[in-house]
Amino acid sequence: MTVETGGATTVAPQDSELIQLMTPEGERTENPNYPLGDVDLKGLYRDMVLVRRFDTEAIALQRQGELGLWASLLGQEAAQIGSGRALSPKDMAFPSYREHGVAWCRGLDPVRLLELFRGVSGGAWDPEEHKFHLYTIVIGDQTLHATGYAMGIQRDTAEDEAVIVYFGDGATSQGDVSEAFSWASVFNAPVVFFCQNNQYAISAPQERQSRVPLYQRSRGFGFPGVRVDGNDVLACYAVTKKALQAAREGQGPTLIEAFTYRMGAHTTTDDPTRYRLASELETWRLRDPIERVRAYLARSGEADSAFFDEVEAEAKELGARVRAACRELPDPPPSAIFEHVYTGANAILDAERADYEAYLDGFEEAAR
Amino acid sequence: MTRLTLSKALNEGLRRALEADPKVMIMGEDVGRLGGVFRVTDGLQKDFGEHRVMDTPLAESGIIGTAIGLALRGYRPVCEIQFDGFVFPATDQIVSQLAKMHYRSRGQVTLPVVIRIPFGGGIGAVEHHSESPEVFFAHTAGLRVVACSDSAEAYSMIQLAIAADDPVIFFEPKRRYWDKAEVDTAASLEDALPLDKARTVVAGDDVTVLSYGPVVRTCVEAAVAAGEDGRSVEVIDLRSLSPLDMETIIASVSRTGRCVVVHEAPVYAGLGAEIAARVTERCFYQLEAPVLRVGGFATPYPPARLEDHYLPDLDRILDAVDRTFAI
Repeated sequence: MTVETGGATTVAPQDSELIQLMTPEGERTENPNYPLGDVDLKGLYRDMVLVRRFDTEAIALQRQGELGLWASLLGQEAAQIGSGRALSPKDMAFPSYREHGVAWCRGLDPVRLLELFRGVSGGAWDPEEHKFHLYTIVIGDQTLHATGYAMGIQRDTAEDEAVIVYFGDGATSQGDVSEAFSWASVFNAPVVFFCQNNQYAISAPQERQSRVPLYQRSRGFGFPGVRVDGNDVLACYAVTKKALQAAREGQGPTLIEAFTYRMGAHTTTDDPTRYRLASELETWRLRDPIERVRAYLARSGEADSAFFDEVEAEAKELGARVRAACRELPDPPPSAIFEHVYTGANAILDAERADYEAYLDGFEEAAR
Repeated sequence: MTRLTLSKALNEGLRRALEADPKVMIMGEDVGRLGGVFRVTDGLQKDFGEHRVMDTPLAESGIIGTAIGLALRGYRPVCEIQFDGFVFPATDQIVSQLAKMHYRSRGQVTLPVVIRIPFGGGIGAVEHHSESPEVFFAHTAGLRVVACSDSAEAYSMIQLAIAADDPVIFFEPKRRYWDKAEVDTAASLEDALPLDKARTVVAGDDVTVLSYGPVVRTCVEAAVAAGEDGRSVEVIDLRSLSPLDMETIIASVSRTGRCVVVHEAPVYAGLGAEIAARVTERCFYQLEAPVLRVGGFATPYPPARLEDHYLPDLDRILDAVDRTFAI
């Protein structure tokens, strides 16, 4: 038996199956199934530039030892901002661990995202306040949480709410994702499965996960799947908006495969030169999600140089704020180890805490 | 007082919980129309509807994963895992997600999910239907782990577990489902023994026997037999396996000076090991003999025709009691 170990086929799929509303060259195209309506393209551009800047700062902070790790979203800005801006305020989002752009759209201060990677908390923002759940690191687990949450919406008969859950191409191999597809389908749950196919699960190309295009996975489960150009912010916005609306209207789940590319490393510990060719990255650079919007805005005259300068200045300001705020994130006190394991008292844990605090106090007394 | 089987007592407790809080819901395989393979949820779907008593697809990780999502939405799901050996597909969701969410959110997210698991052997079942996986969960911070031993306990403990804001793994002694006992269904839950407290079932002075779940009854029988030989055995039903009620344990062992821990789960790295270590730390000078353990062997659960050898029975418990006097 031979084992296929060929590299990833990362050419764009056939045009007929890929929803695209703006070409990599920055030309607008129409798709009658996905009318755009009013969309603030300059706002989407600004979002993408700012989250890319935040991401760049976070990588630098890791290099400087301020973060233990960082998972970069470089190249996935359109998928995240497009889908994130398609959410209504009441919709609930369940991220994986790379959805910094979606977090931005949900109004979460990006500094909060650094807590997890700096190691000062589990990323303890209030999920309901932002309608943005905590990051989930075990691959695919959150698809079931999202499905359950959507089943709760059904029980609450909250017809103006839907759920979106983010996961990657690798996650489609996880049993939990298949279970989530089954459950969402049989219960007709108002959930949108947003798969960012960034072509690699660390080093494993998408071909190692599936013989069929990922968006076709939903067919066997009995709900629609659609493949969108994940580097096209307009298409991601329109496709997500439509899927969320279908969910709210009782039409059940949709799988969206955002066909994109992880332009950086899996995380700051990864070295992608070991498993992919530089030429592949160059191909995808030509499809950069931000550049195409910039080209369109400039060419169409919808934005002038003052706008671009303004966004650039705002990005610099954000970068400076993030750098300073990250360094100021304090280490929690030792007692924080013992907090919030349970909602109330726990005799075994409370005794351990008392013992450890007495042990630490012993050093202080000795030092006196 | 009403005489109920343990299964029916759980059923009544669940019914009370469903009545008390509209956010309580039951979910699992075959829990609706069928009423559960042990009939614990019999009739509940008929009375509370499919949204509150839900037959799920056959996927344990899916049951717990979606229960987490429902809890995030404000529901209080009570999940049934059909048999002990089928909980493992859900282990990731239980250990990585359910147990940790309150901690990692620094208290902002609570997941009041109860996972009911029929456990233990003695019913002549095929493999994967007779296991005692409690220690996997007792070892996981963030979970509370309890086991009921009779009808009255089942009735109050299931309601207390559902009312608790922490995730609770609720073990039910499957070979005792059809045992009948008096249950005071008129009693207020506020008067019930708290979920994290052990209960002295038989008072005695010479040796403390600690147990939980299905073997509590066996220990009581052993205490009666030992009494005929002039030995006064104190039997304590631990009820809570995490956290352990060490104060009750220490108070008893300090008095008797002897301690035997009995469970169906393998002795090796079992709950008895944890108890023995803690009793030794706290009662070293009161102990007349080493803490002894009686339980399953370091083997997989054996084929049913061998299970009588594997399960702690009256004679093995009495043998251990005797040995604490022989040393």
